Amino acid sequence: MFKESVLKEIEEIKNKYPDRKAALLPALYIAQREFGWLSNDALIGVSRALNLPEAMVRGTASFYSMFRYTPPGRNIIQICTNVSCMILGAERIVDFIRKRYEIDENGMSKDGRYSLVIMECIGACDMAPAMLVNEDLHGNLTEEKIVEILDKYK
Amino acid sequence: MERVLLKNIERPDSHEIEVYMQNGGYKNMEKALQMRPEEILDEVKKSGLRGRGGAGFPTGMKWSFAIADPKKPKYLICNADEGEPGTFKDRYILQKNPHLLIEGMVISAYTLGAEYGYIYLRGEYPYVKKTLSQAIDQAYKRNYLGDNIMGRGVKFHLTIHQGAGAYICGEETALIESLEGEKGQPRSKPPFPVNVGAWGLPTIVNNVETLANIPYIVEIGGEAYSKIGTSESPGPKLYCVSGCVKRPGVYELPMGTTLREIIYEHAGGIRNDRKLKAVIPGGISTPVLTSEMIDCKMDFVSMPKAGSMLGSGAIIVMDETVCMVRVIYRAMKFFEHESCGKCVPCREGTEWLRKILERIENGMGRNEDIETLQDVADIMSGRTFCPLGDGAAGTVLAMLRHFREEFDAHIKEKGCPYS
Repeated sequence: MFKESVLKEIEEIKNKYPDRKAALLPALYIAQREFGWLSNDALIGVSRALNLPEAMVRGTASFYSMFRYTPPGRNIIQICTNVSCMILGAERIVDFIRKRYEIDENGMSKDGRYSLVIMECIGACDMAPAMLVNEDLHGNLTEEKIVEILDKYK
Repeated sequence: MERVLLKNIERPDSHEIEVYMQNGGYKNMEKALQMRPEEILDEVKKSGLRGRGGAGFPTGMKWSFAIADPKKPKYLICNADEGEPGTFKDRYILQKNPHLLIEGMVISAYTLGAEYGYIYLRGEYPYVKKTLSQAIDQAYKRNYLGDNIMGRGVKFHLTIHQGAGAYICGEETALIESLEGEKGQPRSKPPFPVNVGAWGLPTIVNNVETLANIPYIVEIGGEAYSKIGTSESPGPKLYCVSGCVKRPGVYELPMGTTLREIIYEHAGGIRNDRKLKAVIPGGISTPVLTSEMIDCKMDFVSMPKAGSMLGSGAIIVMDETVCMVRVIYRAMKFFEHESCGKCVPCREGTEWLRKILERIENGMGRNEDIETLQDVADIMSGRTFCPLGDGAAGTVLAMLRHFREEFDAHIKEKGCPYS
C-alpha cells in the first residue's frame, strides 16, 4: 500500500512522540501527499502503518478541513474570504476565478488544472486579498495578478 | 523603541542562523544556561510578561504551576496555530526570526525542566514550515538543540507538528487533543494543562510571541522589561493592522499604544483618505469599536474598559464604505464553520446567528430578527464550553450596540444599502 520509504518516514515520525497516535495528523499529511487525497486505500494505509483502528483514523481526519476526500486538480488554489480579505474585494476575485477558469460546483476547473478551495483566514491579512497556490503565498491580488500568477502553475 | 521581536527582519536573510548570531543571537541562551532555572523563573515573574495569544495570563505564574507539579516528564508546546482572523504577527517571527523563537523555547524548556517541545504550526502556513524546519536543523547542527546543549548537559528536542485547518486548535486544550491525534475539541478545565496536559503530563502551552520575549527578558532582566509599555501589561507588542489602511502590516510598539496612533501614525491612516467607521481591535472574535473610541490604549487592561479585548492585537480597520452587517455575517459564517460541535449553545447558536444575519444582509430580514439575534447571543453568552461561542455571541451584541441603525436599514430597505 505505502512504499517502503513512506513507511520508514512514518516510523521516524512516530519516534518523535511518546505515543504513536500523535503521529496520526503527520501520517495523514504524508498519505495525502502520496495519493493526492485521502482515498480509502490511503486511510487504510495510515491505519495499518500506525496500528490504529480505521474508525479512529477516519474520525480524526474528518474533523480537519485541510484533508481531501476526492482527487484534486493539479494545482490547489486556497483563497481567503474572511473579513480582512472580504473588505478588500476577495469575493470579486473568487467570482473572477470561478468564471475565467470554469470552476464547477465541486471546485474543479474544467481542464483539471486547478482546484479552488474557499478558506477561512490564511494569516496573510497584511496582503489581502490573499491566496495559497499549492504551498506558495500570493497577496494583494487583482484580476490581472491572478491571471499572471495562475499561468505559472501548469 | 528598539525592536526586539522584529529585529533585522528587513534583511532578506534574517532567518539564517549566522545572521541571527552576528546580531547577538543565542547569547541570551548561553547566559540563561549559566543561571539556575529558579533565577530565570524569577526574572520572568518580575517582568510581568503576559501571554500574547489573547488571554493575557501571567507567563511566570503559568510556569510556576507546571514547575510545582512533581510529575515528569513535562512538555513545552509553542502555540503557532495563529488562526484568529486578522492575525499574522506570529508568521513574521516564525518566518523572519525563527531563531528568536527557538532560543526562547530552549531557555523556557530549561527553566521548566522540559526535555521535549512541539511547535503546533497551523496548516495554512506550509511555506513557513520550510523556513522553520531549516532553522531547527541549523540549531541542531550548532548544538543549540539536542541531548547536550552547548555541552551543559541540558537536553531539549523540538518537533514541528502541523495542524490541518481547525481554528479551535488555537485553544490550548483542543491543541493538546489535536497533538495527541484526536479531533481538536477542548477539554474541560480544571485540570489545567500545567498539571494534566499532553499525555496526562504537565504541559506548558505558550504563544509564539510570548516565547519570543523570553531571550530579551534574560538579556535586560525582568525589572527593566517591566518598565516597557504599561505597568499592568508590560513589554513590546506586535500589532497586526489590516483592512482599509494605507500601510497594513505588523508593528512592534510598546504595549498600551493607542489605536489612533497605530492606525494613523504607523499604518498610514485610512485608504483613499476615507472616513473611519469601525475597528475590530483584537481579531474577529473581539467586540467592535466605533471611530469615536480609538483613543483607548491597546493593552490587556484598557481594552476591556472600552468594552472589547486586546485579543491577539489584530486590528481590522473598516472605513465608511464597509457594511457592518456583511462583516458580522461573514464573521458568523466563520464561527459556525469552526465550532467544534461539542457544546450545544455554540453549535446551534452560531448556526442560527449566521442564518439570521444572512437573511438580513440578503434583504429578507424580518422586524423581529434583531430581537432574536439579541436573544440567541444572550443565551450563548457565558454558557459555552470554551471561548469560541462566547466570543461569537459577544461580537454580535457589540455590532448591535454600536451599529443598530445599519441592521434596521437592511430590514427596512429589504437589502444591503452598501451593495
